[in-house]
This record gives sequence, C-alpha cells and structure tokens, in this order.
Amino acid sequence: MMLLDWFSDYTLRTVILGSAILGATSGALGSFAVLRRQALLGDAVAHSTLPGIVLAFVLTGTKTSLVLLLGAALTGWLATLLILLILRQTRIREDAALGISLSIFFGLGIVLMSWVQRQPIEHKAGLDRFLFGQAAALMREDVILMSVLAVVILIMLILFWKEFKLLSFNPEYAQTLGLPVRRLDILLTGLIVVSIVLGLQMVGVVLMSAMLLAPAAAARQWTDKLSKMVLLSALFGAVAGAIGTIISSSVSHLPTGPTIIVVVSVFVVLSLFLAPERGLVWDWRRRYAQRRSFAVETALVNLYQLAAQHGSARHPHETSAIEVMMGERARKALQSLQSRGWVQASGTDLWSLTEDGEDKARQLMLKEMH
Amino acid sequence: MMTEATVQQTASKPDLNAPLAVEVNDLTVAYRSKPVLWDVDLNVPTGVLMAILGPNGAGKTTLLKSLLGLIPPAAGKVQILGQPYAKVQKRVGYVPQRGSVDWDFPTTVLDVVTMGVYGKIGWFKRPGKADRTAAMGALARVGMENFATRQISQLSGGQQQRVFLARALLQDADIYFMDEPFQGVDATTERAIIAILQEIKDAGKTVIVVHHDLQTVEEYFDWALLLNVRAIASGPVGEVFTGELLRQSYGGKISFIEDMQRYRLGEDAAALQSSARDLPPWESWGGGEG
Amino acid sequence: MDIAYLEILIVAILVTTASVIPGVFLVLRRTAMLSDAISHSVLFGIVIAFLVVQDLSHPALIVGAAATGILTVALVEMLNRTGKVHGDTAIGLVFPLLFSLAVIMISRYAGNVHLDTDAVLSGELAFVPFDRLLLGGLDLGPRSAWLLGGMLLLNLLFVLVFYKELKVSTFDPELAEAQGFRPKTMHYALMTLVSLTVVAAFQTVGSLLVIALLIVPAATSYLLTDRLSWMLVIGVVAGVLSAVFGFAGAIQLDLSISGSIVVAGGILFLLALVIAPRRGLLSTLRLRRKQRSDFAGNLLAVHLLNHQGTEKGTETCQSDRLAASLNWEPDYAQLACRNLQARRLIEKDDGVITLTEKGAEVARATMML
Repeated sequence: MMLLDWFSDYTLRTVILGSAILGATSGALGSFAVLRRQALLGDAVAHSTLPGIVLAFVLTGTKTSLVLLLGAALTGWLATLLILLILRQTRIREDAALGISLSIFFGLGIVLMSWVQRQPIEHKAGLDRFLFGQAAALMREDVILMSVLAVVILIMLILFWKEFKLLSFNPEYAQTLGLPVRRLDILLTGLIVVSIVLGLQMVGVVLMSAMLLAPAAAARQWTDKLSKMVLLSALFGAVAGAIGTIISSSVSHLPTGPTIIVVVSVFVVLSLFLAPERGLVWDWRRRYAQRRSFAVETALVNLYQLAAQHGSARHPHETSAIEVMMGERARKALQSLQSRGWVQASGTDLWSLTEDGEDKARQLMLKEMH
Repeated sequence: MMTEATVQQTASKPDLNAPLAVEVNDLTVAYRSKPVLWDVDLNVPTGVLMAILGPNGAGKTTLLKSLLGLIPPAAGKVQILGQPYAKVQKRVGYVPQRGSVDWDFPTTVLDVVTMGVYGKIGWFKRPGKADRTAAMGALARVGMENFATRQISQLSGGQQQRVFLARALLQDADIYFMDEPFQGVDATTERAIIAILQEIKDAGKTVIVVHHDLQTVEEYFDWALLLNVRAIASGPVGEVFTGELLRQSYGGKISFIEDMQRYRLGEDAAALQSSARDLPPWESWGGGEG
Repeated sequence: MDIAYLEILIVAILVTTASVIPGVFLVLRRTAMLSDAISHSVLFGIVIAFLVVQDLSHPALIVGAAATGILTVALVEMLNRTGKVHGDTAIGLVFPLLFSLAVIMISRYAGNVHLDTDAVLSGELAFVPFDRLLLGGLDLGPRSAWLLGGMLLLNLLFVLVFYKELKVSTFDPELAEAQGFRPKTMHYALMTLVSLTVVAAFQTVGSLLVIALLIVPAATSYLLTDRLSWMLVIGVVAGVLSAVFGFAGAIQLDLSISGSIVVAGGILFLLALVIAPRRGLLSTLRLRRKQRSDFAGNLLAVHLLNHQGTEKGTETCQSDRLAASLNWEPDYAQLACRNLQARRLIEKDDGVITLTEKGAEVARATMML
C-alpha cells in the first residue's frame, strides 16, 4: 500500500492523528520534566496508573477512555504523593522512593488485572492495550477527547509560559519575586501527569516515560531556546507517534508502543550525533580541527627554528627534516602551510618560509612564551 | 535611563526617618530541632553596603534566605524596609548563588536578565520591547551587552555572576540581597562587581552580601554582621571588624585570623594586593572566553 | 498442603531472598532506578538468546542477560559522559529502547507457549511444579528451585566474601578508592549480580516485578535498622514474609502469585513506614512535636535567663503578652510555656514565671549549643 493510501483510510487517519496529538503533548510537557530533573518521575507515575485503569474499569464496567484515564490519573497522583511522603519523612533517597512507589502500584495493577481476567466480566480483553499501547484501538471519540485536552494543555503552557520557564530554571528566585511557586509547581506537575495519562493509550504504562523524555532529549540538542525546544520536542513526539503507528498497523504482530519508542529512540541517537554545534560529530570535528591546526603551527615553528640555525629564516629544508621533529604529520602540515601561503616549495621536496610565514612563526613563538 | 524614575522617587520622599532597611527581632531558624540561627537581632540602616560574615555553617545563607522569606523561621520577626517581605517584594532584588541553577538550561543571557521583571509585568503577559531594552541596559552596566544572545552555558563563572547581577539590577530594587557573589569569579570581575555595588549604595540603596573573604571586607564594605549561629556583632565595619570579635565568631579557626592580622600589619599586604592591581574593570570582560 | 503448592512457596521464598541481598546495596548506593533499568533491558538479552537456543532454561540466556545488564550500565555512563543529557534522563532513554526491541522480537518471532508478553509482565510462578529437573530419570524437584537456590547462594557468597569492600565502597567511595578497593569494580560486579538475579527470577516473576523484590523489602529493612548486617537480615525476613503472605493471598483469592507477593511486600513497607520505631511516620511525628515543643521551651528559657531580673524578663504565661514581648505567635508562646511547666523548669509566683535552677541550667546549655 502506498503512503498516501494510509491517509485516505478514515480509521487509520483517525488513529494517526490521535497518535500525533498524544506524541505532541507528551513531547511538549516532557521538555519541562527533563529540565526540572524529573526524568524518572514520569516512569513511576506511568507504571502507577495501571491499578487506576483496572479499578476504573471494574467499578464502572466501561472502557470509555475518559473514565479509565481518570482512574489512571488518580493512582498516578497517589503515587507522586507516596514518593513525596517517603522523601520528606524518611532517609530513603529519591531513586529508591521512585522504585518503591512504582513497584507497589504496578504490582497492585498486575494483581487487579489477574483478578479481572478470572472474573466473568464481558469486554475485558481491551485492558491489555494499556500495557504496551495499541493505537488501533483509538476511537474517534478518543481522538476528540485528546484534542480537547491537548488544546487545554497548550493554552496553559502559553498562559503560564514565563512562570513555567522561571520555575524550571530558578524556582527560588521566582519565589522572591512573589510568584506562587508551590501552586505553579503543582500545576506544571499536574499537566505532566495529564500528558502521561493521555499517552498511555498509545505506548502503554511500561514505556510511557520514554515518550516523555526521548523527544525532549532529542530536541535539546538542536536548540538553545526553551520555546524552540518545546516546539521541536512536540514535533518529534508527533512524528514519532505517527510513524510508529503507521509501521505497527502495516506489519502484523507489531505492538504500537514499542514501535513508537524505537522510532523516537532513533531520533535521539541521530540528534545526539548530528545536531549542529551540540552533536557528537561536531565535537569530533572540532577536536580534529584543533589537532590539525596544532600540527600546522608546530610545523611552521619547526621550520623557522631549523632555518634560523642557518642564519636565515628563509633557509629551505626537506620534508624529512621536519619529520624528524614531529613525525609523519609533517608532510600534510607543510602542504597545508603552502596552501595558506606561509610556506613555499622550492625544488623537489624543499620547503622554505614566505614573508607572511616568517611573521606568523614569530607571532606563534611569542604567544608560546607568554 | 532606568535609574531616573528612582532618583525622582527618592527625591520626592525626603524621609529622614526612613525605616530600617532590615529589622530582625529574635529570629530563630531550626532544621528539625537543630538551631541554624539562634535568637538573631539585627538592624541595618538604609544606604549601607553590608557583609554577612562567619565561618562555614554559621548560617549566613540561611539568614539571607529567611530575610527573603524563603525559609520560614521557628520564631522571631523580619521586616524589610519597615514592612513584612510579602509587601515589599517588588522593591527587593536577589542574586542567588551561582551554583544554584543549571547553566545548561536552554536560554540566552538576555532572557535570564529579563526574568528580573517577571514579578512586575503580571500574569499572562510577556516581557515587551521596553523590558528587553531595560535588560540590555542592565547588561551594559555589567559590561555584558555583547553577550546578550549567547547561550548561558557558554559563560565563564565570572560572566554567570554578572548575568545574575544584571538580572537583579533590572529589578531596580531599593534593597539587594546577594549570596556569595564573589565565589569563583576572576579578580577583574570581583572589582567590577564591587564597583557596581558601591554605585548602588551611593544611590542611597542598601546592599547585603554574604561574603567569605575576610581580606577584602574593609576595602569593600562599610557595614558588617558577624554571624555564628548567633549574631556576634553588627555595625560599621570599623567597630565590628576587630580581632576579638572575629575570634569570637570564627572560634577555633584562629590561624586564619592571625593571618588576617598579619595582613593588616602590612606583612603580606603587597602579596595580597598584587592580585588586584588596577586594571580597568571592563577591559577584559569583552572577549576572554571563547 | 499440596506438595505442588509447597514447591511454589519454596520457590517464591527463594526468589525474594535471592533478590533482597543485592537489593540492600541498591537502596544504600542510590542505584535503585539503575537496577530498574537493568531489569527491563535484560529482557533484550534473554529474548535474543532464546531465539537462538529456543530453550528458556538454557545457560546461554544467563550469558545474554548478564551481557545486556552490563551493556545498560555502560550505555547509561557513556550517555552521561557526553554531557548532552543530564541526570537520570540517560537511564530513561536506554532501557525503554532495549525493552521495546525485546517486546517487538517476542511479538514477532517468539509468541509461543514459553515466551509471551504475559510471561514478561508477571512470570509464571504457578507453572513452577511442572518444570522438573531430572537427572538420569531421578526427579530432583522444580528446576527453578535449583536455579534460584543457586542464585541465592551466589549472592550470599558474594556479599560474605566482599562484605568489607561492599561496605566501604557503599558508604565512602573515596576512602574505598584510596584503600585500593576499586569501588568501580564493585559497582560493575554488583550490577552483574543484579542482571543475573533478574534472569534467574525471570521465569517465576517476569522482568517487570523483579525491581519490587529487589528494593521494596530492602527499603522496609532500611526503615528498621541502622546497621548493614541487620539490614541484610531484616531484609531477608521481610522478603520471606512477603513471599508467604503474598502466596497465601494469591491462593485464597485466585490472583497472580508474583503480583500478590509484590503487593504483600508493599503492605509491609507501608506498615514500616507508618509504625517503625524511631523512623516511622508516627514516631517521627511524635518526636518532631516533642522537639518543637522542647525547642520553644528552650527559647523561652534563654529569653528568661538573658533578661533575668530586668523588666523585660518579667513575664507571665499569658500567651498574648508573652508573644508580643518575644515577637512570637501566641500559640507558640503558649507551647513554650506549657513545655517549661511540664519539664518543671519554671516556677510561677503570682503569675510571674521564673526559671528554676534546672531551668537556668538548661538555658545555659542551650546557649552553648
């Protein structure tokens, strides 16, 4: 099937649109989670939504997204409270507090699921989709609900943009300015929880944290502005969501959540290596250029010093003479010096400084002395 | 340009009985049950440049933060400019410790400085062109106008400190609180910062600085507080900065104080001052770091 | 009890105790979430090895899993060293990718009786009695009992042999380095052990609940004791208890056994969190209230001592006035007064309070800090 066909199929269009919206919200909010060093809080919250989903299903008997997601948000919120309680009242550190909360709630979710499976309840099969996500299960109503929530999140982000920025960068300073830091903190964390809960249908509770972190980590590499980072992160999330959904619906036995995570991980790896200025490839290039220019300078100074022993700075020398002093890098460095007009080739394999080269060599030696 | 308004303001209010810049009564701050500050009384008149001094763990930063309402006291009362902090927060500028933020945060120098007006422009509004112009002015005052569009991760320690100072300057406050503004900055930056602090003071405003370098106290400040959980002494530097009181505050760390006294006798004066030779303060601020 | 049930219970106890031993160090070394990452990503190694050998109890799985465990730790460190991502983000990027690849491979190629996503989630403790270890026709019991028993022994042995090294590198990595204990090697050794434990536990509890067995009983124990040796012992006890109660609950209510064990462990933790002597919520609450009250009392005592005999030192226990003269909230003043009275550090004479001799002593001691 051609790519275009995917977009003409109504159901698929709905599903792809839904995934893109979910990806965009988790990407946007994820930026704040990453910058506020709450990377793994998302993991704990996501795992902890499982019992809420199952309980909501058991209590109401419906699989309507809104009801299940409310249940999810409830236990996700309880888990955050448990984490805070452990951190404030005991000496247990953050990593263990996250792990404990995640374990207890997730274990409870597994127990509840095993209970539901053994009950004669109808339509229970669909709960599995919250474990690893199942975009195909997205209905038109789901997508409408998500769009509405996504718009609400977007409006909040725009309205409280400068406060959220300052809160993420320097909360203490924000407090001295008189901003209600505690309430803003609750609001922003609340929005992050909402975006986690929304994303569950797409990638599931186990992998949701990556949907929060990965687009943000990728976006961070491309820009140094928060606004661009949030936009780019939303874009990465949306594209990964859409591509992952398309792939998983076109190949049989390919769970949606893991597919999306693989796609978004590819974005991360590409960004880490290729992003201009910040990418690793650029680091390597910079380092290579530094080594190179160091070699060139060394060759220039060596040539000058050798020549000076003959009483004239312009006295020519063979490549091998320089090679004795700095090894095999010499030939390349001399050629590079020639192309800059600091050294000229005279005869076969004889090199001498030009006037510019002589000046440059003196400058370099002076700089070294300081 | 931006100081004009304040100058007029002070001129139109020739209040000789101006309220104390800071008035602290019986302030006690405890972590769990361990007192970090104990029964601190402090009166700071307006228009001074004051150092909060004391050994490590004396509660210097804690005091600063309780003055700013960031740490709730166990007991006691704090008044800033004659009122509780919440009422005067728009007249207070704050320079936190440089290390308290993530300098890899995706934002620019100008953006950080502009944060100084976030408290004033109100909800749902963005800083406008006038705010950005004012922020550029503040950057110029600290010699950083050429860095406005730089990402903050590209700054040296001294430059980071100047950005924070510019942000506080933009607040155009009547009283400034600064936490270790000289920590880890180069000598030139240090002199430049102190020059600005003195300018602020000369404009009749108050500056309160957590400081740890005893050797520069007399040169930089005109008022001091010696703190070691309790307030040992406060007042004009000349009265407070005596061997006996220093010994009381610094306790066992006598050798340091003896070094100090030797310095004051002039033995090491040359060596100590050579590091701070009269370079034009803004000269090396432009390029330097790449 | 049915012999099959007994076998399941024994395996459940083995898996919890085998996990809690490295778990104690994970909690103390603040690497709980790193081990969570390992427990997820180890699945990658298990699946690849399984696809090759097609046997869930083949030793190749252990090798594959241990290698992925180390790979995870190394990748996280590498990512952090680039400085491009911060803090825990690296952990949150690495394990989802490896785990996703594993789940995809399972769904695509291995979706059969032995390895499906349910097994990944919660394992199959109920199947323990069906997989026997046979040696020349002799039934030696469930295979997983031997596997987990071996794992328990290995973990125990490791901790016993390297007890000193583990202790020093956990509490003071710099000192460990200085003494030539190589904390880095200890770190990798421990993470390898965690990976092995995760593989050993995989068939019985899956790869997602292992983290609960690793850290929850260990954290419970951390709330109850200050000593490393006791923490190991109490951790094992908490592990055994959660296995027993979880198992009983699961049988009674027909629930997932591994899930119930985790929930039982969680309940034990919450219990400890609330009622643990000294570190529980109740006792810290009581302690803090007492400290606050004593502290207020001491403050007042100091005030009285400082202004003894002067007008400023003439106070009554009338909270409004007292509060005004001390710049306190009236409630706080009252708290201080009551505290001093209860401790018999003040005397009342015509309403005016004065320090007793002991009260003056307390005030002086307070001032000395």
